[in-house]
Amino acid sequence: MVSLVLPLTAWLAAPFLLGVIARIKACVAGRRGPSLLQAYYDLAKLLRKGCVYSRTTSAVTRIAPSVILACVVLATLLLPWGGIRAPLSFAGDVVVLAYLLGLARFATVLAALDAGSSFEGMGASREVQFAALAEPSFFLGMLALVLCSGHVGLSDMVSAISLETWRDSTVLLLLVACSWFVLLLTENSRIPVDDPNTHLELTMVHEVMVLDYSGPDFGFILYAAALKLWVFGAVLVSIIVPLASFPLWLQGPVFLAGMLCVAVLIGVVESVMARLRLLHIPKVLIGAAALSLIALIVELVR
Amino acid sequence: MALFVVGCGVCVVGGIGAFFLSRSRCASWLATAGIWIGCGLVLVPVLAALQGRGPEPFKIAWSLPGGSISLGLDELSAFFCLPVLLIAPCMALYACLYLAHETKPLGSLWFFTTVLVTAMLLLTAARDGLLFLMIWELMALSSLLLVLFDDEHPHVRQAGWTYLIATHMGTAVLLVFFAWLGAEAGSLEFSTIAAAKVPARAAGGLFALAVIGFGSKAGFVPLHVWLPEAHPAAPSHVSALMSGVMIKTGIYGLLRALMLLGEPSVAWGWSLVAIGLISGVLGVVFALAQHDIKRLLAYHSVENIGIITLGIGVGILGRCWNQPALIVLGFGGGILHVLNHAVFKSLLFLGAGAVAHSTGTRDIDHLGGLLKSMRWTGATFLVASAAISGLPPFNGFVSEFLIYIAGLRSAQAGGPYAVLLAIAILAGLALIGGLAAACFAKAFGIVFLGEPRSSHAAHAREVGPAMRWPMVVLAVLCLGIGLLAPLVVKMVLPVVSSISGVAHEALSDSVAGAMQSLTSIGWSFAVLLVLIAGFYLVRRVLPRAKQQAKAGTWDCGYARPTPRMQYTSSSFAQPLVDLLKMLLGTRNEGKPVHGLFPREASFSSDTPDAARERLFVPLFRLLDRVLAPIRRLQRGGIHEYLLYVMLTLLALLIWKGGRP
Repeated sequence: MVSLVLPLTAWLAAPFLLGVIARIKACVAGRRGPSLLQAYYDLAKLLRKGCVYSRTTSAVTRIAPSVILACVVLATLLLPWGGIRAPLSFAGDVVVLAYLLGLARFATVLAALDAGSSFEGMGASREVQFAALAEPSFFLGMLALVLCSGHVGLSDMVSAISLETWRDSTVLLLLVACSWFVLLLTENSRIPVDDPNTHLELTMVHEVMVLDYSGPDFGFILYAAALKLWVFGAVLVSIIVPLASFPLWLQGPVFLAGMLCVAVLIGVVESVMARLRLLHIPKVLIGAAALSLIALIVELVR
Repeated sequence: MALFVVGCGVCVVGGIGAFFLSRSRCASWLATAGIWIGCGLVLVPVLAALQGRGPEPFKIAWSLPGGSISLGLDELSAFFCLPVLLIAPCMALYACLYLAHETKPLGSLWFFTTVLVTAMLLLTAARDGLLFLMIWELMALSSLLLVLFDDEHPHVRQAGWTYLIATHMGTAVLLVFFAWLGAEAGSLEFSTIAAAKVPARAAGGLFALAVIGFGSKAGFVPLHVWLPEAHPAAPSHVSALMSGVMIKTGIYGLLRALMLLGEPSVAWGWSLVAIGLISGVLGVVFALAQHDIKRLLAYHSVENIGIITLGIGVGILGRCWNQPALIVLGFGGGILHVLNHAVFKSLLFLGAGAVAHSTGTRDIDHLGGLLKSMRWTGATFLVASAAISGLPPFNGFVSEFLIYIAGLRSAQAGGPYAVLLAIAILAGLALIGGLAAACFAKAFGIVFLGEPRSSHAAHAREVGPAMRWPMVVLAVLCLGIGLLAPLVVKMVLPVVSSISGVAHEALSDSVAGAMQSLTSIGWSFAVLLVLIAGFYLVRRVLPRAKQQAKAGTWDCGYARPTPRMQYTSSSFAQPLVDLLKMLLGTRNEGKPVHGLFPREASFSSDTPDAARERLFVPLFRLLDRVLAPIRRLQRGGIHEYLLYVMLTLLALLIWKGGRP
């Protein structure tokens, strides 16, 4: 039962992260910014609206939001917190996690092509390019963690990372964390890869793919995006923060504090950086994979 | 065993009947009935053999010169019969309607189809080197004649020529392989060879020959050059059979060779891992750059053969390092992928055939919006696209998952080589998976979604039930294998034990963890389906669910959108193709837009096969030059050739007669 608290928290708190990021960006820019709960208001509003569909679209556009949301919701069921196991945990659950997000992406891309506009085709084309390059870096980082923890399941792996692990393999954990932070920014369409705030420029990836969505469908997609950010944040926090070293009652609060820090960090990065030219993004992604590879080599020669 | 042979016989009898009724309309139905009944009969001994109760191997008293007619059915043979028995009936039913508008007589086409099906079944049962080679040739020639069905087109004849050369070079290598193997073991009979234990110094060379010979059939890079030529040229149901099933006989041969050669060495495992990775990555990369949908699918066969080979290589390494988990997960993932690939690739080819049948074009850039007019074809093609990209909850995920787990376990075991293997598996599979998803987003998205890009696509109609049902059955199989993964993997275990020679019990112990994972995955996928349905229903009970307006696609206020403004397959793949320029050698041609009111502009891109352009064409040109003097011997006079034969026989007589 206790394990069900984890996904419930994720489902409730995920949109809050978006609020935190927006507030940090506003503060750095010297504005007051929207409410911390703005994402919840948006969702509530979208769910109460009707829908407009393009005449070009087919059943793919109708079904895609449900598929995307279902994949990400199932992904949150695979996430542990320190000593608490995930509701769904087994050997190799990381592969399932990655491929569930892959299915969500596949649905998004197809829905974008369904609208038959060159903007959305452009976004879809970029999305699959970045994804193909980001995937190896996720798995290389995972491999480094398997080596350093000795487990192949996410729950076992996270509960094996303690203060001692940090003492023994600081470099490895740091490198993987850096690599995965780049991955988090990429997969969640954040600056410097993509700018989530603008909607109709030639630089857009994620936002342009969902341009033709409206009403509850767009609500589903917005919520799924928030949950996806939570998933990546949670994986990152679980490996950086040695949660297993804290007493059980403290693990939850520490984890949430960690998530808050990730959101703040994203906000700061978005405030101090400009978006990169698209041609440079493959280099960033290959660089992230290289970081994970270096982490592996460090672990091997140690 | 009798039932097996009778089943094959029925299949061929149907073909012969169709051959004689060539002009009549019942030719198709007769051959199809033969294939259905024949496959049904063969299925009985195959299922028994899979459960370890295979028929006694038997030998017909009549012997071949230098060999014998001996047949047997073990787990490995039975498993490789399964794709044939699944795909051939579906393919035959589909072809009945697909060929209905054909004006040419269909008798020979059906005859060679049944011969091909029978040859693939018999090949797995052959237990003698000479018999094996004869059936191998029968298979190669019947498929060649099928590829040449539309031989009035020059490109089809060209493709047939390429295939003929490729398959015979492979056979030549296999001839050497079996001759050497027979010389080492003293017999061509498989049971004798396996018992005789080939010495280690010969085993390495024999393995290399087997990889080249069988690899040319399977489509290892760079021996794959015939695949992207032959598969698009053949009628679609033949492409489904060739790409889904026939190229797997190369994998079967390789596994059989491994069983005959005894103890594998580490170098074999590594070389197969390397071949698998290279084939996998290059296959998908070249697929991305294609515009012809069947050519794209043919390159994906190269990719999937790469994944299968990777799995087999991991299994061999597990055997050498004495790691039962790696053996089961590597071999198991590899051969399960054989079955999975047969299912989804045949489905994709049948779908591509349905599209070509109803629109008259295979060029992806001329299609679009077909999902609205061809719902069944579109939906099944979508299932197969997700399956081949390894996405849950379909079957492609299960086999790739097993190989992924092999990688994770290998890292857990520790040691620099094991970690190197883990990096190769995980990074390689992740890259292949990402690129495959990109490629099939393109294939499905551009063909079936958006607005029609030409009048061909605008006037498409759904195909008839005889073409539709085989696709639906295969799509259901894709989902079924994904959800019932533990059962299917259990079926594969005896096969793995027979390949690796490790006892069944030892394997099932070490695979217990993976089985548990697969069960959890099966449940998760069921939950996923429920969630999707649930969210879809929730979406409909929302307060304003009924309020749905229709509008044009948002195009930034532009007043006159046309379908030509959509992204095409070339533009979709452009960023990745550009990134991989070095490998692909894509040639772009066209006139850029010029001036204030541009009148004309054009663009076209073409990606020829790198192995063909940079390796085989120069190589054959060189051979042509070097061997030119010998051509004087070949002048077209029969009497001269008879003289050569006589002289050769005389020389042999003197050579043999000189010794007592």
